[in-house]
Amino acid sequence: MTEALRIGVFICHCGTNIGGVVDVPAVAEYASTLKNVVHAECNLYTCSSDGLESIKSAILEYELNRVVVASCTPRTHEPLFRATCEEAGLNSYLFEFVNIRDQCSWVHMHEPELATEKAKDLVRMGVAKAALLEPLEELSSEVIPSAVVIGAGISGMTAALSIAKNGFYVHVIEKEREMGGLLRRLYKLYPTEELADLFLEQRIKAVAGHERVELHLAASIKAITGYVGQFKVVLDENGAEKSIDCGVIIVATGAKELDPEGLYEYDGERVITQLQLEEKLRRDDLNLDGLENVVMIQCAGARGEVVGYCSKICCMNAVKNAKLIKDANPDINVFIAHNELQAYGEEYELYYRAAKKAGVRFLRFPLETRPKVRKRDGKQVVDVFHDRMQMNIPLDADLVVLSVPLVQNPDAERLSKLLKVPLGQDRFFFEAHVKLRPVDFATDGIFLCGTAQGPKDIEESISQGYAAASRATIPLAKGYVLSAAITSWVDEAKCVGCGICESVCPYGAIEVVDTEEGRRARVTGVKCKGCGTCGSSCIKKAVTMHHFTDEQLIAQERAAFATEEVVS
Amino acid sequence: MQAAFDLAEAGIKVCLVERTLSVGGRMAQLDKTFPTNDCAICILAPKMMDCYRHENIEVLTFSEVIAIEGEIGTFKVKISKKPRFVDEAKCNGCGDCARVCPMGILNKFDMDLRVRSGAYVPFMQAVPLIYALDRAKCMRCGLCESVCGQDAIRYNQKEEIVEREVSAIIVAIGFDPFDPSGLTEYGYGKYDNVITALEFERLICAAGPTGGHVIRKDGREVKRIAWIQCVGARDTRDNRPYCSSVCCMYATKEAILTKEHYPEAETSILYTDLRCFGKGFQEYVNRAEDDYGVEYIRGKPGEIIEKENKNLEIFYSPSSDKVETLEVDMVVLSTALIPCGGVEKFAEILGTELDGYKFFKLKDPYNPTETTRAGIFVAGYCQAPRDIPECIAHGSAAASRAMEVVLGGSFL
Repeated sequence: MTEALRIGVFICHCGTNIGGVVDVPAVAEYASTLKNVVHAECNLYTCSSDGLESIKSAILEYELNRVVVASCTPRTHEPLFRATCEEAGLNSYLFEFVNIRDQCSWVHMHEPELATEKAKDLVRMGVAKAALLEPLEELSSEVIPSAVVIGAGISGMTAALSIAKNGFYVHVIEKEREMGGLLRRLYKLYPTEELADLFLEQRIKAVAGHERVELHLAASIKAITGYVGQFKVVLDENGAEKSIDCGVIIVATGAKELDPEGLYEYDGERVITQLQLEEKLRRDDLNLDGLENVVMIQCAGARGEVVGYCSKICCMNAVKNAKLIKDANPDINVFIAHNELQAYGEEYELYYRAAKKAGVRFLRFPLETRPKVRKRDGKQVVDVFHDRMQMNIPLDADLVVLSVPLVQNPDAERLSKLLKVPLGQDRFFFEAHVKLRPVDFATDGIFLCGTAQGPKDIEESISQGYAAASRATIPLAKGYVLSAAITSWVDEAKCVGCGICESVCPYGAIEVVDTEEGRRARVTGVKCKGCGTCGSSCIKKAVTMHHFTDEQLIAQERAAFATEEVVS
Repeated sequence: MQAAFDLAEAGIKVCLVERTLSVGGRMAQLDKTFPTNDCAICILAPKMMDCYRHENIEVLTFSEVIAIEGEIGTFKVKISKKPRFVDEAKCNGCGDCARVCPMGILNKFDMDLRVRSGAYVPFMQAVPLIYALDRAKCMRCGLCESVCGQDAIRYNQKEEIVEREVSAIIVAIGFDPFDPSGLTEYGYGKYDNVITALEFERLICAAGPTGGHVIRKDGREVKRIAWIQCVGARDTRDNRPYCSSVCCMYATKEAILTKEHYPEAETSILYTDLRCFGKGFQEYVNRAEDDYGVEYIRGKPGEIIEKENKNLEIFYSPSSDKVETLEVDMVVLSTALIPCGGVEKFAEILGTELDGYKFFKLKDPYNPTETTRAGIFVAGYCQAPRDIPECIAHGSAAASRAMEVVLGGSFL
């Protein structure tokens, strides 16, 4: 570094938010005494257009080459201050953020003097780090303008069609020979009671017929490499190997019914699952004239029996099938033994009422006392403990239908490893943020939708399909992605290729490769999120985190304790 | 915001029109969110900033759409910008005007539980942080103008009409909480310590009117609270047979938060059907019951009576032959979320249809963002009850439909 350091420090009052506790002018006064600091000022709101203007003019006036802002939190405001530095011609990574709101005025609001001292300490540390900051660049990389959608169920088809309509090429990969997923086994849909076949036929036609959609049926995925913008997916399609380059990937692999073996005397004939019932209804081979009593058992295997979660769709699915049987032959007694009834939302509550009106009987059992199926002399009886009446009610049942939950497909495990994206405790794919990012993965460029993310009905699967299409279209439409500048870097002279960094990286951004010097770790900058996990786990100190180098952090720590040497 | 953000990121210009002074919506009023107990404003504020700062998003707050002409691809939208009586470009949000203003007015954002000044932002994290003057209640003292260092006060500011030409429109106007005053059996508005769930959110919020203390009108902190589910929901008396979808979970969350603040407190939730159907919800309810000791009681109360000490006695029937009572010192009504007031008029402006319960009607039930008018899409609770992640997915979904129009030129 030949250029002399010229650091500017801006201390924010944040109205009374900081200024009401911390003596802001005193902190600014103190900052101006620190080594390399040529300018220090306070602002009422550093983030207001006024405050930003004063940063820009100070950069020019005092020829600042480092900027420190002491205010609120980098989580919300760092991008703004970085952009401001950039506008004044300063590389945005020559900026350091000091949080004196959360760390001082908020947590020490009853000790204003100590809060002020701490603010001074933090500013001193920030200035010490700023002295060692280096300019960094965000690298732009190209995005291949096409998408891969894995799974051609209803959510995958929806996502694929919308991306195609947005103007981009889409490859749809499906392991079966036909599109449609779980819907192909359904009879009618709730709450409209339209035929699943007709519904699917229209959708399949629209997807298959779109000029920008290419189908890969009976295909399995052999390998996935690359990163956002530059993925390569290798397929086995009908025995032939095929390689697809794409910019984004959507996971829409769906879910399956829990295997009911061993539950409630399941035999596949007189004790069947809801899906098996649907198949009978659609093939018309349920003898509706010979049936007298049908009993449906909810939460079979769910909510603590086999899996812990509620499968969301089983109540309404049972209500639908019960109503359809009742509509076809009102003489059949149809009972639904349930615990809570998940007729949520607008339409379902009404549909539930309609089923009651059609004569479907609802019996609530406590979750601790689930129904039992007894077989005797060729007869079947379901014992249901009635919650309100607090007594056992034996129900004759020619047919018992188990509402078993949706569970993750067994091959999801393999796909999660290929994509390096996580599964949750419930084995469903785990999104980037449960609340705010329901169809993103933490890894850039990979998205998810439909029941692969968790049980959901058709409407919600469609909604998520469109949502994933929107999220995936963003990089495609932009045409480029910016890689974060704060990434890790491996000094290959120090690296021994042990692979610890590769095993801990949550983004698959660091890999051990063969080089002429032997096995060495390498970072793919576009994938790296700068979390620092690799750096802290490296036993050889071969990994450097840009913007958080050992030198920078040690300088910051030394400044925390050694006050003299940093004051000019 | 999610729809606007996705579109903007895809390079499409967006005009985001918001009726109130700040973007953020109802989520900003919540303390935490289920099932992760994330602080609502902490995870929301960065999103608000992202939207506001985005080069492709023009944010018009305190504004309403008043007319729409044209059709898909060539809509002309007329927007009324209501006067803030403050120059938006000059105000830097310092709050000096608010400090000198002598007026005290109940703050709607805090469910009328806190007094704000006549010069105000609805909450400290409001985006944009631009003050407004409540001229209807103003006594014209002129103090705000005299202290404003930015010379931003504009007493004579008028409503401004702006027009924007757009290809597609997304409606995401959210919900209102149901007002339970009409349901006399619960005594809301009559009894001191019967409050609504949204009022509870403000009470338990550390940045709220009581600094996070759940206190009664008489100043006592609570020891026993009961939540009553389905207030105004699943109720055919007033044409609201539907389920609001989120109340079981928000009541569970509020009970957990109470237990975290006051481990000794007794918390009971009186419900009809416990609807915990989303991802991680059953596990959340299990945690509430097993780890926090929240009590779930099946039974809808018939009546609540206020005792002399202002405690409340709840009468409910747990089984067909019994009536039991529960005495608590605060009742929280888990009120339904209902379509916004004035939605009929707005739908008329848009030229879209509503369903029988005033939610935006879909052209096709399996096309969850498409209204009855081509080029107008709908997102969030105003279409049907849904929770935050579903609203976010729905917002992105509507964005993709709008992208089909703008990027793909698809008018089908």
